[in-house]
Amino acid sequence: MTEAHSFGVIPITCHAWNGDKTQLALSPNNHEVHIYKKTGSQWTLEHTLEEHTQRVTGIDWAVQSNRLVTCGADRNAYVWTFANGEWKPTLVILRINRAATCVKWSPLENKFAVGSGARLISVCYFEEENDWWVSKHIKKPIRSTVTCIDWHPNNILLAAGSSDFKTRVFSAYIKEVEAKPEATCWGKKMTFNNIMAEFSNGGGGWVHDVSFSSSGEKLLWVSHNSSISVVNAAVDIQEVHTSRTEFLPFVTCLWLTENSFVVAGNDCCPVVFSCDGTGNISFCAKLDDAKKVTNTKFTAMDHFRSMDKLGSSSEDNITKLGTTHQNTITQVSVYKGTKANCSVFTTTAVDGQLVNWDVKSLESSIAGLRIC
Amino acid sequence: MSKNTRDTLFRKVDVDQYSEDKFEEDEQGDGTVNGVGPNEAEVQTLLSQGKNVDALKVALRNPPVTSKNQAVKDKALQVVMRVLLQFKSSDIDNAVKSLDSPTKDILMKYIYRGFEIPAEGSSAQLLTWHQKVFALAGLGCVVRVLTDRKRV
Repeated sequence: MTEAHSFGVIPITCHAWNGDKTQLALSPNNHEVHIYKKTGSQWTLEHTLEEHTQRVTGIDWAVQSNRLVTCGADRNAYVWTFANGEWKPTLVILRINRAATCVKWSPLENKFAVGSGARLISVCYFEEENDWWVSKHIKKPIRSTVTCIDWHPNNILLAAGSSDFKTRVFSAYIKEVEAKPEATCWGKKMTFNNIMAEFSNGGGGWVHDVSFSSSGEKLLWVSHNSSISVVNAAVDIQEVHTSRTEFLPFVTCLWLTENSFVVAGNDCCPVVFSCDGTGNISFCAKLDDAKKVTNTKFTAMDHFRSMDKLGSSSEDNITKLGTTHQNTITQVSVYKGTKANCSVFTTTAVDGQLVNWDVKSLESSIAGLRIC
Repeated sequence: MSKNTRDTLFRKVDVDQYSEDKFEEDEQGDGTVNGVGPNEAEVQTLLSQGKNVDALKVALRNPPVTSKNQAVKDKALQVVMRVLLQFKSSDIDNAVKSLDSPTKDILMKYIYRGFEIPAEGSSAQLLTWHQKVFALAGLGCVVRVLTDRKRV
């Protein structure tokens, strides 16, 4: 079902798993990145990466090449390589004058993209002859902070959500390091910085997270007006399907299969939605049954003590939530499987917890939850 | 070393205005085509016939969200408020149930706008409306009122 691990009371800003899911990198809302190793059910802190001078905003683990990339509010990004039992940082010059907000390795791990408050995306690739990471900027027509990015499985296209309420798909084709890309349903012309598509879901609310489906045909994003939007480029690249939900805003989203996805955020509870062939979104189920928390043991002493201290009886003063997470969920990632067929996913939250959700066993226990 | 002069004026300097690619709001329409506000005469007729629910639906049509003219917005609010205050508390539930989800969002915008300009007895009625809309459309509806730049 669910499996919760606590890493203290400090918020977990972001996390990343290594290839075989035995190690976890997370940032405890400060300039450090902690790498934990799991032995049995115990987590041991193996390494602390201290190179950033301000809060770390993004971590991504390149699973095949076992490299880490981190970015932070100090406007820097570091690529970390593991050698002789320690992680060695390499500074990447991003050429930005505002904080970096998010970072993602491309699927082939030969480049990565960093979104920033400088209204641009730095696409970085390794230049062999100079032994140096070089960055190229995607600038136009982003008009506000880039809050989230995601790579298309073809290693070329890049989706970016921004606080100007728009989601865009860019080409991040670097002719120095890769062969000419083939056309996709997002378009043919793929020179660097070419904007393939631009979407608005018709209302305010900055975009919190974007995600390409495993086929790369569907693009999903969640924004601060509690809405979820899907575009299916294979059917109609112009048509945005939006669901305005009754929940608090979602800050993170992830495809579990080609047709279902999970979203999570300020409600502290992951919610599964599905979308049909064209992209119409329908609600499936909440994965956490929010039971009302009640005091199991009622004692007269507790009752009068809280009357005395707080002016009301203790039954009204329960601050614990009925959900597993006690605060905003900050990130969802795949634990077992892939985006095409995810069987277990991980969430981290502001309450310092990491929870693994077993989709298959949840499917049998929650009525109405069908993931296909 | 700079001296601490307690001068905070510099914090208000908009440094972004010197940037070459400055953020500009989406250009909003001039409100000629849509968003002219509800048809007041029609609302009035329906109200006088006692068809409150129909009047509400008409009043919530064409919200002046894209209009820059404050007078148009105020006018629309007046019309909607007249309808909202006409309802008996017991009828509100059914009225809200008959609205679709985007219209509930618009109604919630008017409710919050109504709170800004309280009149005799209006706030109590608006709180009842708020409670009923909230029960059906949830927190998402309130969040959309707070985030949307397109105000009524």
